[in-house]
Amino acid sequence: MDHGETTAAGKPGAPEELGPPLVELKGVNKHFGDLHVLRDIDLTVHRGEVLVVIGPSGSGKSTLCRAINRLETVDEGEIVIDGQPLPQEGRALAKLRADVGMVFQAFNLFAHKTILENVTLGPVKVRRERGAAAKERALALLDRVGVKNQAHKMPAQLSGGQQQRVAIARALAMQPKVMLFDEPTSALDPEMINEVLDVMVALAKEGMTMIVVTHEMGFARKAANRVVFMSDGEIVEEATPEEFFTAPRSDRAKDFLSKILTH
Amino acid sequence: MGDFLSQFAALFAEYDVPGAFWVNIQLTFWAAIFSLILGTVLALMRISPIASLQWAGAAYVNVLRNTPLTVIMTFLFLAVWTQLQISLSDDFAQNFFRFAVVGLTVYHAAFVCEAIRSGVNTVPLGQAEAARAIGLSFLPAARLIILPQAFRGAVAPLGNTLIALLKNSTVAAAVSVSTETSTLMREMIESNANYIYAIFMTFAIGFVVLVIPIGLLTTYLSNRLAVRR
Ligand SMILES: Nc1ncnc2c1ncn2[C@@H]1O[C@H](COP(=O)(O)OP(=O)(O)OP(=O)(O)O)[C@@H](O)[C@H]1O
Ligand SMILES: [Mg+2]
Repeated sequence: MDHGETTAAGKPGAPEELGPPLVELKGVNKHFGDLHVLRDIDLTVHRGEVLVVIGPSGSGKSTLCRAINRLETVDEGEIVIDGQPLPQEGRALAKLRADVGMVFQAFNLFAHKTILENVTLGPVKVRRERGAAAKERALALLDRVGVKNQAHKMPAQLSGGQQQRVAIARALAMQPKVMLFDEPTSALDPEMINEVLDVMVALAKEGMTMIVVTHEMGFARKAANRVVFMSDGEIVEEATPEEFFTAPRSDRAKDFLSKILTH
Repeated sequence: MGDFLSQFAALFAEYDVPGAFWVNIQLTFWAAIFSLILGTVLALMRISPIASLQWAGAAYVNVLRNTPLTVIMTFLFLAVWTQLQISLSDDFAQNFFRFAVVGLTVYHAAFVCEAIRSGVNTVPLGQAEAARAIGLSFLPAARLIILPQAFRGAVAPLGNTLIALLKNSTVAAAVSVSTETSTLMREMIESNANYIYAIFMTFAIGFVVLVIPIGLLTTYLSNRLAVRR
């Protein structure tokens, strides 16, 4: 699956051109029992930046994503979003989560709600938007991701690719400052991967700050400013997509790339 | 056979059998509503992120579920009413009726809680995570996302609890609700011992007629309302 051959147009600039820090992790450590899943993670993502996180299974990529909106707690270190440290619990945390959009591997659309309700629920219940305004915005978002005509169906009636695009619209409806994607295409049939990646590339070009866990090199090349390679809970390497895929520095990255490139 | 029918006719003429069933239906109705409310609160406590609430919910369920209903009823009658002189109504019959509803409620709430929790287990973890990710805190996430799906997944066990409640409503006799079925049945046998089979059939069939529709309805609803994933 290679999307890299298309075009490098709209290739984002170097990190220096980016805005101020939006997501900062400082000395973050996390254990699951004896397993040290995040080791001294220091990472800064700037406003408007698109960061791709790549690495072998079990290296802690999902845990990193989940820690950023505190679906997982961390044992040590600090996570700051737009200048604010992550609150422990309660309303402050809920409010901060609303500013961080998350797209899951398994879509996780609310199964008992229609597509439209999935998108309006957050704005109405969390942001206290008026129903009519929220609906109008939701329909515009569904249109943007190409599933407006499915608005009144239930999630189970849609294909995986359509569900994932709805999930992106649901996250965007909260007008988040940053979007997290945890392997958004790895549960999809191959023919549906591009329709989701296209939406993500468009989002990146519009300047959305994104942290994307993915093995889709095409997406990384087209949309990412930076690639972070994780292995055994550590950030082993950081580079531009071009550098990383053509000339990885560490042995672990070389080894990993040789495995995914053979497919 | 004709003899049998005439026995039924005689019994129905002398005793208010439908009236007795009506008392059990009323007991069941009120206890079902209150135990659904209390059971939902208990289930919320058990799935909440607050350890002390989880503990309290679990303690309630384990104590009440493992205490015989007759013991709960007798406790209400002898300790709460007779000893502590707490009364729920100035009207004697109404007071006992309310005690019976309280006893049935506190007991069956434990089963309702567990039925709802089994429903919560049918809801994938990702639903709660997606709810949290859009900024819903625990209670709104439970109310809008988890419980609606959990109830749909809990229709069958809730129906079973309702059936048990209807049958257990006869234990109201222990708090002197003297108009309900099991009390009437005993009265009828005491003065018509030779009609024993007809009497037994009357009550057995009566309960079967009430229980079967509940079973059919819950099976229908549990298929109808099942959440497609
Ligand atoms: N809730 C949990 N309890 C215990 N261990 C966990 C838990 N979640 C993840 N782990 C372990 O932590 C490690 C990192 O998991 P994580 O899901 O972050 O990896 P990943 O890089 O996302 O892998 P994948 O590519 O398979 O998704 C793995 O070894 C995993 O088994
Ligand atoms: Mg993962």
